[in-house]
Amino acid sequence: MSKHTLATVWLDGCSGCHMSFLDMDERLVDLAAYFDLVYSPLVDLKTYPEHVDFALVEGAISSTDDLAKIKKIRAHTGTLIAMGDCAITGNVPSMRNPFTTREITDRAYFENVSAQPQLPTLYVPTLLKTVKPIQEYVHVDYYLPGCPPSADTFFAFLSGLVQGKPVDVSSLTRFGA
Amino acid sequence: MSAAPAVDIKTLTINGKEVSARAGQTILEVAKENSIDIPTLCHLDGLSEVGACRLCVVEIAGSPKLSPACVATVEEGMVVSTETDRLKRHRKTILELLFAERNHICSVCVANGHCELQSLGQSQGLTHIRFPYRNPKLPMDSSHERFTLDQNRCILCTRCVRVCDEVEGAHIWDVMGRGIDSMVISDLFQPWGESACTRCGKCVQVCPTGALFDKSKVGSPHPKYPEFLPALQLMRERQ
Repeated sequence: MSKHTLATVWLDGCSGCHMSFLDMDERLVDLAAYFDLVYSPLVDLKTYPEHVDFALVEGAISSTDDLAKIKKIRAHTGTLIAMGDCAITGNVPSMRNPFTTREITDRAYFENVSAQPQLPTLYVPTLLKTVKPIQEYVHVDYYLPGCPPSADTFFAFLSGLVQGKPVDVSSLTRFGA
Repeated sequence: MSAAPAVDIKTLTINGKEVSARAGQTILEVAKENSIDIPTLCHLDGLSEVGACRLCVVEIAGSPKLSPACVATVEEGMVVSTETDRLKRHRKTILELLFAERNHICSVCVANGHCELQSLGQSQGLTHIRFPYRNPKLPMDSSHERFTLDQNRCILCTRCVRVCDEVEGAHIWDVMGRGIDSMVISDLFQPWGESACTRCGKCVQVCPTGALFDKSKVGSPHPKYPEFLPALQLMRERQ
């Protein structure tokens, strides 16, 4: 049996979901029998492959860069899984939503900066007006709430996925877990 | 020798199970007595019923409408269902709307792990919200020396309003505005710290979310203990 290809993606989140994913520890070896990790902050490849079977997406959509990425990922992914509360609810990144982007950038690049306060013009993507969960832009096949979802949740969910028996994630995790 | 007072007994079925009840009892009370679980949020044992959250809706055969079990009273021969697909769908939608209405960021909320909205979301199988979040800009009132009101987490269940009025007898809480602009306020929209609050803390204990919290609990688990209410009620009845 050929392995499934798996991608993990890091949008506007703290990488805590990825850390929790790694917390599966030796069980990652068991999963490696079923998955080939083809794209991830954890591997070297910089371009998203033409087709990926499963993608775990961490983080909300906060910038033009996040938006372009999620659209590309959706177009080249079989099963898209929203990983963690930021992807699903906006979570902490969305706490800026009641404010304007100008208020946010002023706070980050001027008010709290003593040396050369300036707005970055290179490499830093433009903020979208509000932070939104990924399902507001693309279709999501599975949701894995939690901040972060626990390693046990990841393992139960991914095991269910390879067996073709999706697990009831509400029995494993919740918002803020 | 006088005869025992006649008790008006009604017989009905809930989820196919035959149960008996006293006239005037609510469907929720009878369900509880028979170990049938109906999810609730604005209801709290020891407070009056307002039927505000609609989470406890049930289906009654012969009626196209859904009825809130906390205020609908039993009738002879009633056939009640509490767990149909239609009800599950409605409950889920209600919870989704509550999550989308204000800013419920569970991960950084003082009530994380001890929140009735959060645990209902989990028990009702909510994994995401299908509606766009409103992200309103809402104030916090930390003027009180012991407690804080965070409007971001308020779901307008009015438990605080009721406990302060009905049990504490102070009635410093009330609701201002209408519809989506409704806000729980202290006194006549004065800071909580300057209100006629008796500092009893009952509102904090009955608040199902992190809208009302004890300042000393920030950064540590903040379970609420609303079970004191029926006990207090019983004590008062005996006096």
